[in-house]
Amino acid sequence: MAIVQNSPHLGRMLFGAGVATLLATFAPISAAGAADQVTFVSQGGAYQKAQTVAILDPAAKKLGITVNQDSAPDAWPVIKTQAASGKPTWDVVDTPTGYCLRGGEQGLIEKLDFSKLPNAAAMPAAYRNDYSVAYEFYSSVLAYSTKTFAAGAAPDSWADFWDVKKFPGRRALRNHPIATLEAALMADGVAPDKLYPLDVDRAFKKLDEIKPHITVWWTSGAQSAQLLNDGEVDMEMAWNGRVSAVANEGAKVGFTYNQGILQSTSLCILKGAPNMATAVRFLDEAVDPVLQANLPLHIDYGPANPKAFDTGVIKPERAAQLPSSPDNVKKQALMSYAWWSSPEGEAAEKRWAAFMQK
Amino acid sequence: MPTADPSLRHYRREQGLMLALSLPALLVVLLLIVVPVGWLGWQSIYHDGFTFENYRRIFSEDIYWKTFLFTFEISLLVTGLALLLGYPLAYAAHAASKGWSIVILALVVLPFWTSVLVRAYAWLVLLQRTGVINQLLQSLGIISEPLALVHNMFGTVVATVHILLPFMVLPLYAAMQKIPADLMQAGASLGASPSHAFRRIFLPLSLPGVLAGSTLVFVLCLGFYITPELLGGGRAIMVSMLVSRNVELYNQWGAASAVGVVLLLSVGIIFFVVSRFIRLDRVLGVQ
Repeated sequence: MAIVQNSPHLGRMLFGAGVATLLATFAPISAAGAADQVTFVSQGGAYQKAQTVAILDPAAKKLGITVNQDSAPDAWPVIKTQAASGKPTWDVVDTPTGYCLRGGEQGLIEKLDFSKLPNAAAMPAAYRNDYSVAYEFYSSVLAYSTKTFAAGAAPDSWADFWDVKKFPGRRALRNHPIATLEAALMADGVAPDKLYPLDVDRAFKKLDEIKPHITVWWTSGAQSAQLLNDGEVDMEMAWNGRVSAVANEGAKVGFTYNQGILQSTSLCILKGAPNMATAVRFLDEAVDPVLQANLPLHIDYGPANPKAFDTGVIKPERAAQLPSSPDNVKKQALMSYAWWSSPEGEAAEKRWAAFMQK
Repeated sequence: MPTADPSLRHYRREQGLMLALSLPALLVVLLLIVVPVGWLGWQSIYHDGFTFENYRRIFSEDIYWKTFLFTFEISLLVTGLALLLGYPLAYAAHAASKGWSIVILALVVLPFWTSVLVRAYAWLVLLQRTGVINQLLQSLGIISEPLALVHNMFGTVVATVHILLPFMVLPLYAAMQKIPADLMQAGASLGASPSHAFRRIFLPLSLPGVLAGSTLVFVLCLGFYITPELLGGGRAIMVSMLVSRNVELYNQWGAASAVGVVLLLSVGIIFFVVSRFIRLDRVLGVQ
């Protein structure tokens, strides 16, 4: 699975993670002997900083525990290594949902008992699975230059993106099948809630159509932001946080949540985690509606617990900008990580390179 | 063998001393290169039991041989262009006065101090649609629409040649410096025109440098990753990208290791073939 590249947070943390990892290495030692503690791992950078203020510190205070932080841009190999050793040092990991599922299948991730997780149990079934609970949402959206397209005349669906006559201009897509196959199917008329199981042949056929018109197949979130910012492309698929960051810097760009592909990272607990009981308590607290509602006050990602929007913490105008607000969720397709982790999903992923090389 | 020979004993003692002195360095090489590469090879054939699945895949799926072929093609192209640009440059540095020669070589080596990533982005700034070159050409009225200079093969090759040029120029320059100047004078005194003397004397004598530089550039280019990734627009798929892709796709190191092993073996074969024509220690700069 493409979990490495499946994270929109990866690019901005490369430097921060190193430092955070270094610091976190020593953290458990200094905290030893304290009351209950838990080691939490996320992806570092601005994203982890925002969580610390919004969720981690308040959760630690409320539960009277110490939350030791570590960060890994790519947690999967570490999860594998730690689980193989039989003595993991991490407890709770925030990682793309696909990893949690795969880890569960391979026996690296603890199966969750939702009777002990009231907050998580109250979340929509589609936001959780046997091994993990969604923690935050981002979306693969259709972004465009407002210089090229006047208000009201911008592409508003993947069908528009595919329509090179009505919307001439340079285009970019992600060099990756995840979310791109979904977009192709929606462009071909499949309804956002009827995507799975993906009709892979149909998606690739539709992609063949647009391929000659794609100027750049981007590989990193930073690259997608640069393409928009520099006017290299007029429209592209990009992660909402990247587009809003570019817009905040003054670039003439916009995006639509219409037919966006809603993606998440999730919280999961390592098999044999050293602080299992505390980990379970912490995991449930991390998806508490109020703490979840704090997150978008600090960064452009949406809370995973829909009840966060009922707390009053998130103002309506802020909610309208977030991928997981009830109104925006209705316009989008919810990614099925279960499908991408299935043999069909893996086969689709392997087809990608051959498609690119054709 | 008579061991009483004092000179032989002395020789052996010296050999022992040399070995002892180089032991730390050998250990470093062993620990940091031989062991990891061996581990890499081991993983490619062992995953819960011996398996050749990773190699079967490489030799049965189209994507692999196509990518290897493409990587070799682009490496050849880059090597050819680097030679075309590098030879006159090295010759200029060789023929110029000492002051100028230092300036030329400094300019060649200067980019070495910048990271490959920064140089790739610098090329992006120059080559992209709203980049320096397109804007200049447009303001001069030479073109009306921006040229597609990057996010394609062109941009990838330009930047790769730029990054690898020093590896061509320096061995060439070193080889040229070893050519005695009086040979060209002797040729001239025997009536050879400058171009004739160059072709018959200088060029053949500089060939070891050509071979050395070309080998270095070619082999380094085979493993290029960041430059094609950033400037290729997704179309320039190199072997190195297959390595990272396989880590993702198969969730185990073996699938990626096998690609690395095949690339390593190909490079080994190239070195072996080249070594039939040229002494490898000269390529590697050991005298």
